[in-house]
Amino acid sequence: MGAGHGHRLHYHGHSRVHRAPAHLKLLALLGFVLLAVAVPPGWWAAYPVLLAVLLGVVLLARVPLGYLARRMWIEVPFLVFAVLLPFVATGPRVEVGFLSLSEPGLVAAGGLAAKGTLGVLASLTMAATTEPADVLRGLRRLRMPDLLVQIMSFMLRYLDVVTADLARMTTSMRSRGCDPRSPRHWPTLARSMGALFIRSYERGERVHLAMLSRGYDGELPR
Amino acid sequence: MHVPDGFLDAPTSVATGVVAAAGIAVALRKARGELDDRTAPMAGLVAAFVFAGQMINFPVGAGTSGHLLGGALAAVLVGPWTGMLCLSVVLLVQALFMADGGITALGTNITLMGVVGCFVGYAVFRLALLVLPRRLGSVAPAAAVGALVSVPAAATVFTLLFVIGGNAPIDTGAVLTAMLGWHVVIGVGEAVVTGLVVGSVVAVRPDLVHGAQRLVQARTLEVRPSGLAAPARAGEVA
Repeated sequence: MGAGHGHRLHYHGHSRVHRAPAHLKLLALLGFVLLAVAVPPGWWAAYPVLLAVLLGVVLLARVPLGYLARRMWIEVPFLVFAVLLPFVATGPRVEVGFLSLSEPGLVAAGGLAAKGTLGVLASLTMAATTEPADVLRGLRRLRMPDLLVQIMSFMLRYLDVVTADLARMTTSMRSRGCDPRSPRHWPTLARSMGALFIRSYERGERVHLAMLSRGYDGELPR
Repeated sequence: MHVPDGFLDAPTSVATGVVAAAGIAVALRKARGELDDRTAPMAGLVAAFVFAGQMINFPVGAGTSGHLLGGALAAVLVGPWTGMLCLSVVLLVQALFMADGGITALGTNITLMGVVGCFVGYAVFRLALLVLPRRLGSVAPAAAVGALVSVPAAATVFTLLFVIGGNAPIDTGAVLTAMLGWHVVIGVGEAVVTGLVVGSVVAVRPDLVHGAQRLVQARTLEVRPSGLAAPARAGEVA
């Protein structure tokens, strides 16, 4: 039982970035993204510099760029929004070919796309180079409340168990001719979600009792 | 859908981060009241459940899909404080391990989905329970109403934040109309799924549903003599 090694985004490696203490990586990530978000509109020169720094870290981590690029699809809805922005934004218009685009809209769309992309790429690099257990240790080191760290560690530990439970349920639903995506079968899906909640809750109760029997008193040994 | 980095400016992101941190600090104290020393394992498992629930995507149309937000659902099932902690941890894990929602937008996402989603959902749920008849059967529809209101409420707060610290010059009215219109549709889906899930849990284990606790305690033991028992008793007498 328990989670497999690593997690979906982790890219196994032994580079200097992989070995760096997690709390420093978390602080660096937060600082870097805050810096990217704080770039004022129109300062285009800042983005290539930030990107170069980030790509330097990725190269140092020896994570293939293709590996990260394939996982950046998560950003697509916001890129679509950025593409639409110049059409709906207010302000003076400029003519580009036969299109009438809003000038501040174009500037905002560029900034949005650049900041979003930098943020996603930085987070992916962090996720690719840091094991969940190290992230937890780093968060504890950064004084995140102990109870929150514990909740997060239980969630990560049982995430694969619970999602595998759900996967088995949807497999058996499909094999009985039910399509979990169709609204027509929502009642069936909802009943299995209810069952999943009861299973998860009762698993939590069993885990708690097992912990009590091993001397748990509200705090995990460090 | 989670707010990414760069959508709101840095001061707004930091301010919502402070709001989220304050909310979590209060929730950490209050959740102990809801779950005592079981908090860590139980909230962890419920967070994993919420995460699994968010993995199911529903086609919304135009090639996009939406998923359950789960704020109202978690609040009704395990209580608003624990629910908020679960949602916050889910968002933290998604931001750190899946790059879903920005790191700097984490405070915004927790404020919107954790604080507003859970608390508006739970408040509306309680109000609906006052109006509906005092039966266990009322819990599911009340939860659905809570979920229905919680999603547009979060969208409205997002619009407010966007007006204060948005990085795009769009007409406020247009943002509000688009956000509300879209999220009322999502809210209806959220309401249907939340109502059905809560209904199915209430049918099997009403004692596990935090929002149904008072109704479960108010229930009295009913003795319903069945027709089958009568011949056996007649046999005893004979």
